[in-house]
Amino acid sequence: MTPIEKVEGRAIPFGLKNVDTDVIIPAKWLKTISREGLGQGAFETLRADPDNLFDRPEFQRAPILIAGDNFGCGSSREHAAWALGDLGIRVVIAPSYSDIFSGNAVKNGILPVVLPQAAIDRLMAVAATDPIHVDLDTQTVTTPFQDRFTFDIDPFRKMCLLQGLDEISLTEKSEAAIAAHEQKIAKTQPWLTPTLA
Amino acid sequence: MTRPRTLYEKIWDAHVVEQRPDGTCLIFIDRHLVHEVTSPQAFAGLRASGRTVRRPDLTLAVPDHNLPTTARQDAAGNRLPIADLESAAQLAALAQNAPDFGIRYIDAVAAEQGIVHVVGPEQGFSLPGTTIVCGDSHTACHGGIGALAFGIGTSEVEHVLATQTLLLQPAKTMEVRVEGEVGRGVTAKDVILHITGTIGAAGGTGHVIEYTGSTIRALSVEGRLTVSNMAIEGGARAGLIAPDATTFAYLKGRPYAPKGADWDAAVAYWTSLATDPGATYDKIVVIDAADIAPSVTWGTSPEDVVPITGLVPAPDSFADSSKQAAAAKSLAYMGLEPGTRMQDVAIENIFIGSCTNSRIEDLRAAAAVLKGRHKAAGVKWAIVVPGSGLVKAQAEAEGLDRIFTDAGLEWREPGCSACLGMNPDKVPAGERCASTSNRNFVGRQGPGSRTHLVSPAMAAAAAVTGRLTDVRELMD
Ligand code: SF4
Repeated sequence: MTPIEKVEGRAIPFGLKNVDTDVIIPAKWLKTISREGLGQGAFETLRADPDNLFDRPEFQRAPILIAGDNFGCGSSREHAAWALGDLGIRVVIAPSYSDIFSGNAVKNGILPVVLPQAAIDRLMAVAATDPIHVDLDTQTVTTPFQDRFTFDIDPFRKMCLLQGLDEISLTEKSEAAIAAHEQKIAKTQPWLTPTLA
Repeated sequence: MTRPRTLYEKIWDAHVVEQRPDGTCLIFIDRHLVHEVTSPQAFAGLRASGRTVRRPDLTLAVPDHNLPTTARQDAAGNRLPIADLESAAQLAALAQNAPDFGIRYIDAVAAEQGIVHVVGPEQGFSLPGTTIVCGDSHTACHGGIGALAFGIGTSEVEHVLATQTLLLQPAKTMEVRVEGEVGRGVTAKDVILHITGTIGAAGGTGHVIEYTGSTIRALSVEGRLTVSNMAIEGGARAGLIAPDATTFAYLKGRPYAPKGADWDAAVAYWTSLATDPGATYDKIVVIDAADIAPSVTWGTSPEDVVPITGLVPAPDSFADSSKQAAAAKSLAYMGLEPGTRMQDVAIENIFIGSCTNSRIEDLRAAAAVLKGRHKAAGVKWAIVVPGSGLVKAQAEAEGLDRIFTDAGLEWREPGCSACLGMNPDKVPAGERCASTSNRNFVGRQGPGSRTHLVSPAMAAAAAVTGRLTDVRELMD
């Protein structure tokens, strides 16, 4: 996973509320058995409109997406995070996310920044013409106009994103605790292990 | 004395393997359900890193999302090819990955095959008090039998396959209490649609919802699965309903359920999980069952719910400006004018199925309305898709299939079908579908499709009249 520390560049001033994962990547794109190439299908329904934001020259490979409340709601498909990543997005900024989406984003090296609506409104205005700077280390979003917004992030997620860590290797360090739990269950609740009678 | 705890807290506490300083917990996963869409990349990841599946015995794989619901074998029992090459590739990948990694696999033509969330409880593989995950957001369904069940993404599927654990933040708790007897024609689906309309699509964000109260207690297990299934439509991470005598009666004797003395020990444990008197929730919503009517959605968010006797709302009737904009967009997509009576909306397609409403009780409710009737001329496509092969066999034993086919509906093979536009069962662009599924999102049932979420009885009523219909008018 590519680590994230500082991301600077154009931000797509999308701003829509309750964008579900069907909008981010329609179901017909779920039929892959690999992770690459999904950027083509990202926001496909919206991009059918020739005037759409995503295909404007200034927003090609823009690393930041500004969205509205409850971004990534709906289906748990991780393809949504893969599609954003394949489109070149490294940071999403929104007032809130669905829990599943923000988890999937972090696992795929995309930083979900939470900022209040007023900050979003300001960033939307800046993004129309100018780049935005996101610094994960200092947890700040800044603009060329002296705006400075700080955001909160779970420290574990922050560490994973900063170091580009793979969660499975991290969990494997807890092998002894996992084995102990399994042994306890085998003893106290043997019926929990399914067998066909 | 220990602090009084909720059902959620008890299940959570029993599964904490390790707690990180920031409160994140490594949670042990008791059951992992796997289907063909969200698993290929996870298995590929395991192969790439040389990892194995830690607990194949706690894992069950079944294909459902992509399978066509037309006949799967010819008269001689040969498998029919799947026309869509990408679907075929995903299905073939699962059929290969399951034996390669030593996982129990229910084949596409097995009698037990079905939608993963129907199969889990039906096989007794899903049990109360367990943690269950699946790479599908409607995993919350299993909360209907009192399991803490989460939808996860493919990276997490790989993580669970490799470690049998997940890293999770504790959720906040929310009680949705529904009290009283429901009126005529009101089903579990109407209860959850009404709840979603009341709390909103983000009302449960960050919470696990426990559904309580006399209305919920009176529901069958099938009905409880329907309610918990749509916890995610209210934004919640999971839904829960405390296991009780109804749950135990449903599970007893199922293939993977505990047997003999184990059963008694399990029931004693499950009984102890109920929320303690004096335990508190972070949020409480109380609903009077008398306020719940047979319900229907008008828009493209599951919170867009009105009683069937209601009208299409005007965007400016909403207080919040972004909801006004969303409602205007929804209405344009749905092709509806504010002020139209919901009952005047003509319907061309009927879908009875999905993990929300494809169990035997759902099919019985639809058949009760359709018996001796025929679908209206304006209804072009009407399909009934049982949730599993076992549901299908039961329905056929009861003669429900003939009621459907006599009424002009098609009787299909089990699978996700028109719940999502992923297999051949799709609603054509610009056409409406009265659907018993759980999502009315833009394009969910196929590009341009317009979905009205309803109960099985209401879908059947719409089939008969060719418009959204108050099922009470067709009941004796
Ligand atoms: S029926 Fe629909 S919601 Fe249920 S598992 Fe299948 S696709 Fe998911």
